[in-house]
Amino acid sequence: MLEFCTDPSTLDTIRWFSCYLTNGAHLLFYQSFLVVFALLAITAPLALAFGFAAAAASRSHLWPVAGVGKLYTAMVRGVPDIVFFLFFILVLDQAIEYLRHQVTCPDWTEEIRQGANFLVCSEARTPSSNAPQWVHELYGFALAVFTYAIVFGAFCGNVLYGAMRAVPRAQLETAEAYGMSRRQVFWRVLVPQMWVYALPGLGNIWMILIKATPLLFLLGIEDIVYWARELGGSRTSAYQYPHPDWRFWYFLGLLVFYLCFTRVSEIVLNRVTTRLSRGQATAAGEALRKAAA
Amino acid sequence: MKHLILTASLLALSAGAAFADAHSAVVRMGTEGAYPPYNFINDNGEVAGFERDLGDEICARAQLTCEWVTNDWDSIIPNLTSGNYDTIIAGMSITAEREEIVDFTQAYFPPAESLFMGLSEDFTLEGAVVAAQTNTIQAGHIAASGATLIEFATPDETVAAVRNGEADAVFADGDYLLPIAAEDADLMIVGEPVQLGGGVGMALREGDERRAAFDAAITSMKEDGTLNALILEWFGPDAATF
Repeated sequence: MLEFCTDPSTLDTIRWFSCYLTNGAHLLFYQSFLVVFALLAITAPLALAFGFAAAAASRSHLWPVAGVGKLYTAMVRGVPDIVFFLFFILVLDQAIEYLRHQVTCPDWTEEIRQGANFLVCSEARTPSSNAPQWVHELYGFALAVFTYAIVFGAFCGNVLYGAMRAVPRAQLETAEAYGMSRRQVFWRVLVPQMWVYALPGLGNIWMILIKATPLLFLLGIEDIVYWARELGGSRTSAYQYPHPDWRFWYFLGLLVFYLCFTRVSEIVLNRVTTRLSRGQATAAGEALRKAAA
Repeated sequence: MKHLILTASLLALSAGAAFADAHSAVVRMGTEGAYPPYNFINDNGEVAGFERDLGDEICARAQLTCEWVTNDWDSIIPNLTSGNYDTIIAGMSITAEREEIVDFTQAYFPPAESLFMGLSEDFTLEGAVVAAQTNTIQAGHIAASGATLIEFATPDETVAAVRNGEADAVFADGDYLLPIAAEDADLMIVGEPVQLGGGVGMALREGDERRAAFDAAITSMKEDGTLNALILEWFGPDAATF
């Protein structure tokens, strides 16, 4: 807080804005950008891991394993994100409470589902209803991260499965001819070579993931969209900084933020693609070789 | 011996946990944070308003540790019953319909007038398009009146709908609309005031035993005049008191 901010109504425009933009509510708004970055930082590797597992499972020679992998990718890919988000979070939350309920209160006789209510005994409530607020917020965030990872893992799984099939068959046969086991061929030949084929697809998913972060707002998490709407709404003089409806400017700010963020991602992804194409038997790798020669 | 020490320390730990459990039980107060002067998020990003001051005083008198949680109005009752917080203290009028789902404490705010606010004086309810917040008694009143109701999730959006001409008037608690009408030259109170609801109370899950403690705290605040003082502080000298 700047020291001249004690009485905002007396300030000139520049000082008023410098006070307004540094007040407590705005600091929380800036912090909420960290929520978005944290979501991306945790979800991206987790989704990649889910996708990798799904792709590897889909290639399995055991049909139940392959079936599970394919069913997962097909099912999640076929349901609209927003429906899956709203549905899955609810189901996950209720499943956790239901299982804990079965374990902790076996003597419970009342119906768990009573109309619109889902009532479990108080010991089974997750998190415990007398836990402090930050525990509840963390739990909500964890559920959201897990759901994002499931949804985007399915997309990654599809991309990685395609990338694995794109690695030239001759490479794998050569490895087998050298006497490598299936496992060795997978880890030493297939996996290192597939990334260059997977990268354009994974890059797209990353962009979609960035653009899907405002869904957090729908899940009741106080993200940047929540704060933009909250701070942009008109304020009477019950507040220290009264102003008319400024949602237009706040949402414009979010738009610029997302544009810059995706542009930076694009630049980084292009560099990574160039790096991975070096020495590869692909069109991009060929172009690099010719440019160097 | 080692075993004995381990058992003893485990006992001490669990006793400590039980002790902490009884004393640090947190009551989470759910509010909307978008309905000044009842409750709003202030410039420091904290819950503030009449209900913040009232709730903190009630918790102090009932010797409870309270924390503030905000939740959209739309889902504020379902999230109470599913245990996301323990009370609703959000300018919620006591109605028979809500009584079926939740338990209310006694009223801490007397039944208040609901008002219409529009852009021009010539307003008749018949055939008008009226904006109101979803799931409020005001929305219910308009739906039953024959006027066209358009509902919004937040109070701010209902006022914005009048400003941009989408609705002829907004219908809400007078205490929410009066400061807005006073500061905006284009907006004015129109039509006749309507008396709705049986006062504002705190809502708890059905059968929650803490209701008695909250009721007792509200009674003591009514008796020593602190409740009336708070109402006058937040709603002005003309506000209805107990």
